[in-house]
Amino acid sequence: MSVSRYWREAKSRYMLQGSKCGRCNRLFFPKRSVCPSCKSLSINNIDNFNLSGNGVIDAFTYVHEGLTGFEMQIPYVIAMIKLEEGISITAQVVDIDDNTKVYIGMPVRMVFRKIGEDGKSGMIYYGYKFSPDMANFG
Amino acid sequence: MREVAIIGIGETKFGELWDRSFRDIGIEAGLKAINDAKITSNDINALYIGTMASGSLIKQEHVSPILLDYAGLSSDHIPSIRIEAGEASGALAFHQAYLAVASGYYNIVVVGGAEKLTDVSEDVARDITSSTSDQEWETFFGVTQASQYALIANKHMNTYNTKREAMAEVAVKNHYHGSMNSTAHFQNKITVEAVLKSPPVSTPLGMLDCAPLSDGAATVILAPLDIARKFTDTPIKIQASTISTDTATLFHRRDICTFDSTILASKKAYDLAGIGSSQLDLVELNDNYTISEIIAIEDLNITKKGEAGKELLNGRYRIGDKPSINTSGGLKAHGQPYGAVGIAQIVEIVKQLTGRAEKRTVNGAEIGLTHTIGGIGSVSVINILKRVN
Repeated sequence: MSVSRYWREAKSRYMLQGSKCGRCNRLFFPKRSVCPSCKSLSINNIDNFNLSGNGVIDAFTYVHEGLTGFEMQIPYVIAMIKLEEGISITAQVVDIDDNTKVYIGMPVRMVFRKIGEDGKSGMIYYGYKFSPDMANFG
Repeated sequence: MREVAIIGIGETKFGELWDRSFRDIGIEAGLKAINDAKITSNDINALYIGTMASGSLIKQEHVSPILLDYAGLSSDHIPSIRIEAGEASGALAFHQAYLAVASGYYNIVVVGGAEKLTDVSEDVARDITSSTSDQEWETFFGVTQASQYALIANKHMNTYNTKREAMAEVAVKNHYHGSMNSTAHFQNKITVEAVLKSPPVSTPLGMLDCAPLSDGAATVILAPLDIARKFTDTPIKIQASTISTDTATLFHRRDICTFDSTILASKKAYDLAGIGSSQLDLVELNDNYTISEIIAIEDLNITKKGEAGKELLNGRYRIGDKPSINTSGGLKAHGQPYGAVGIAQIVEIVKQLTGRAEKRTVNGAEIGLTHTIGGIGSVSVINILKRVN
């Protein structure tokens, strides 16, 4: 991946920066410049919005056949997470050991982690993953 | 709009065709269809080609002039048009060709789909398989195509109490159908136990829940219905051809257990054809993963949401049932050469309606539907085909 392709998305990948329609307050992740509800009325009326990173697991899977670059992590958990702001995101869930029971409704929070790298001397990619949120276990 | 018919079909065997190249299989299917329709090169107004990933799989973009040339048609200089819509590339090519004939712009059109998946290693093929998901916001983070369908399966099981065995039953049924199809990638029968014990790919889905990576090509010939009988005694009328598009990103959907694109495209197709789902005799639908067939049965309104698993466990949808679903063996057993899938589904319906479906023929069948998906339900293409009496 070229540096520019990676760099231009960094804020969204490092701190869950999405956007918000100034007309209907609908939130988006990733960012978009047209609101699907307000359509043309939303143009030039959408601002950045940082999501909290707190949410619960809505669906999950243990991936045993991973993509190139993820071989060393197999099996890894991929989950669709419902964020507390009401929108969803699909991401890896980490800090799970053999004794951790992953379940629908499990509270998780965003953590900043290494995602991958371009070979031994290439760029290292960072971004969000999610981790069980011990503070919200009840 | 004119009425349009299919007047010829052709296909290669699906599977690991190591001795054949992309152009070999594309031409084989094309020539078979041209021969079947008894047309000559002078009759052909245009060629439409659906292929998903020739650029990544064989490092060849712009395949349309190559297939035209090797079909012996380059000196005719007719339009050759390549269409890409993920795994629905062939189905979308068919839709565009249908519109071209229906509009009156072209008369006889050749529509082919082809994909050569075994010219790369399985790891590379898996990365390409996942390339119809959102590269920046899904794949970047380790999300595979199988994992997306696994999320759907996990949610469907949790929401509707769908049983793991019901998913296995999809693979068992479709392998049983494939065992009667001499062009199928897999012609072996399997058991529920074998599916449940197959190595995990992305839980709850195991290896035998996933359609294979196949090489293959399929072609059909279209003509206006009013001249179709000049070429064949058994023209198959296209009653409806519809498309609906949704987000590429799965996490942007309102409900991951439903593909709105399938609901909307099929509703429109039923309206255009003037039928309801209960009138379907044959359905070739997307079963790239076993859970996919379950949600497709529901979204096509063949059952209510959440009921397909129970129906499958009751032994429904096998050859002879109404509807008989995936009589070709589906993507699971007949095979999954992406760009060719949508055309191959149409070829199966035509074979059934013209009495050419070997031992798997559904007697008395008159109406068939094809359902092709690109991405994770990002596009659905529906065609309704009918025998002309």
